[in-house]
Amino acid sequence: MWKRWVGPVSSCKKWLFNETFSVQGGNFDDAGRISGNIKTILKEMGIGNDVVRMAAVITYESEINIVSYARQGMIRLHMLPEHIEIEAVDEGPGISDIRLAMQQGWSTATDKIREMGFGAGMGLNNIRNFSDIFHISSDVGSGTRLKMIIHIQQEQDR
Amino acid sequence: MLLREVQKILDAEVLVGAEKLDMEVHTAFGADLMSDVLAFAVSGCILLTGLTNPQIIRTADVLDIAAIVIVRGKKPFPETLRAAADKKIPILSTKYILFESAGRLYEKGIVGCVEKVGGSRVFL
Repeated sequence: MWKRWVGPVSSCKKWLFNETFSVQGGNFDDAGRISGNIKTILKEMGIGNDVVRMAAVITYESEINIVSYARQGMIRLHMLPEHIEIEAVDEGPGISDIRLAMQQGWSTATDKIREMGFGAGMGLNNIRNFSDIFHISSDVGSGTRLKMIIHIQQEQDR
Repeated sequence: MLLREVQKILDAEVLVGAEKLDMEVHTAFGADLMSDVLAFAVSGCILLTGLTNPQIIRTADVLDIAAIVIVRGKKPFPETLRAAADKKIPILSTKYILFESAGRLYEKGIVGCVEKVGGSRVFL
């Protein structure tokens, strides 16, 4: 299902791992499966627990957002020697006021989303807080694009 | 403390994971909002929650949460139980409310996996 890179990190100059996962809008039963896969992949690659957790939380909240609001989307995990890039791109309604959407507690969630324990206006905040670099752009009527970067070395520095 | 003692303190029914009751647990987190669990819970803790849908298992799996205690006597959906069995995450169900469950466990030595929220990211 996904490509596995096997070998020492230091011997690889370019990307070590690159995989795109598609997410179907409205498919609540599947939400969280990709982040589970990504967690397994990163653990198998020997990535430290803090970084795995950051990537897992980011991808989980991204999946929930796509399933909740978009028609479809994709999550791309791009692993480089020094950092992990995660992109979450969807085809959906987009966000008209990103500043408002980034405010804790601001939400347009339906009851269905809230019943699952999400939709309290925390998702984008969590994604930003668990990223070292976070970028969001959105076009109303076409979709939203998130790009997150996590530095792999940070836990040794902490 | 062993998970078995948690079960006794909360007079809980073991729905999944009877074979893992001898697992050691020291900390807990309580919330019904999975985004807050993702933000603050720490691996190895017990999750006390009133939610019953499969997302609690996905969340627990992502964070390596040791076990889930469902409070207020709620019964999880069958797909939640299947997901828990699949991921080998024990589920207990107690009739105590969240506050009472937390108090009873705290009294016996289980502490919060995070004492206070500080900064934008919490790792222990």
